[in-house]
Amino acid sequence: MRHITSITDLSIAEIDELILTANDIIAHPDKYRELCRHKKLATLFYEPSTRTRLSFEAAMYELGGQVLGFSEAASSSAAKGESVADTIRTVCCYADIIAMRHPKEGAPTVAALHATVPVINAGDGGHNHPTQTLTDLLTIQAEKGRLDHMTVGLCGDLKFGRTVHSLITAMCRYPGVQFVLISPEELKVPSYVKIPLKSGNVPYTQTTDLASVMPELDVLYMTRVQRERFFNEDDYVRLKDSYILTPEKLESARPDLIILHPLPRVNEIAVAIDEDPRAKYFKQALYGKFVRMALILKLLEVHA
Amino acid sequence: MNIDSIQNGIVIDHIKAGQAMQIYDFLELGLLDCPVAIIKNAASTKMGRKDIIKIDSELKIDLNALGYIDPEITINIIRDGVRVKKYHPELPELITNIIRCKNPRCITSIEQELPHVFKLIDRARDEYRCVYCESKAGI
Repeated sequence: MRHITSITDLSIAEIDELILTANDIIAHPDKYRELCRHKKLATLFYEPSTRTRLSFEAAMYELGGQVLGFSEAASSSAAKGESVADTIRTVCCYADIIAMRHPKEGAPTVAALHATVPVINAGDGGHNHPTQTLTDLLTIQAEKGRLDHMTVGLCGDLKFGRTVHSLITAMCRYPGVQFVLISPEELKVPSYVKIPLKSGNVPYTQTTDLASVMPELDVLYMTRVQRERFFNEDDYVRLKDSYILTPEKLESARPDLIILHPLPRVNEIAVAIDEDPRAKYFKQALYGKFVRMALILKLLEVHA
Repeated sequence: MNIDSIQNGIVIDHIKAGQAMQIYDFLELGLLDCPVAIIKNAASTKMGRKDIIKIDSELKIDLNALGYIDPEITINIIRDGVRVKKYHPELPELITNIIRCKNPRCITSIEQELPHVFKLIDRARDEYRCVYCESKAGI
């Protein structure tokens, strides 16, 4: 039995295998329709979600399985003070696999310590979001044809952006990848995210200026400044409009750039960009369902 | 100043001057009912001044955890009045409930029963990180 709390729980070979499976699901969906019949996925979402929860649920339904769970902490016994460990022990009685989102960092690790079924981290605070990273990797692979030898720009809230942390951790393992980290001083990536960059001699630069680095980028990964991660509203208000991507700012970008965003967006990507062929963030949301189907199959050890 | 030598117990030597009380609190020696001596600012040829703690009991605790506080400390195990072992504590791979995670976003900040566990990430830099949220440890 395996748990996925961090993207590093998967080797590069396993990620490649998941991408292959996801592509096969896209090409031959009928092969996969009944593979999880009589299996149940529990979605334990202590924090709001649209894409992650619905894509997990859609993934399980498309595999022929069923779904149970809760979409806010208030509708679970967490509201009565139940610990993560006790909730997990209980849910393991009813489900074959668990996807869990929690506002506190490390909660899925606690869940994994007590679970008798596989636990998938569906986002923990500002820490990790490995299935978003699988989504991002599938999108980049599908849209660029490779995951190596490219310059990836990450822009916005790099401090609390869990999708950013997991994506850097994953992509720094591919050869020839370099990062451009674009953020306000206050929202730079935490030191633990830089550990694999330094130990692997992965080139990266940090800047506050998106426009100056735009021509270098193969991938631009925009993120939202997340109100829910700030203890101080004033700090949020001061930083929330740090980067707004507009058609004018894209003029210096490469024609084969791809623009990704884990969504939801607020105003950091102008709606006018949605029609630009380089905007891939809604397609990215679709890829998320397929790669989660692949991951569920892998963790349940079900084969086509 | 006379302090009786101990028969069966532990002498923690070469503690940085002024740090004995931190170790006393850390090991919760105040809860013991055996004799415990704290010698502060003793003369030392190696260190100039040092602190020493003598515990007249064989504690059943992992003294290697002291390596997190100061790996230069010397631990002497005394049996029948004779020193039978002398060693420096090694940095343990895991330290549990010795320091607390200070990240207000960590799951340990809301779940009081969870052990605070830190993992050694970089031995050369004495760097520990929380096993849950990966925040860097600090005393």
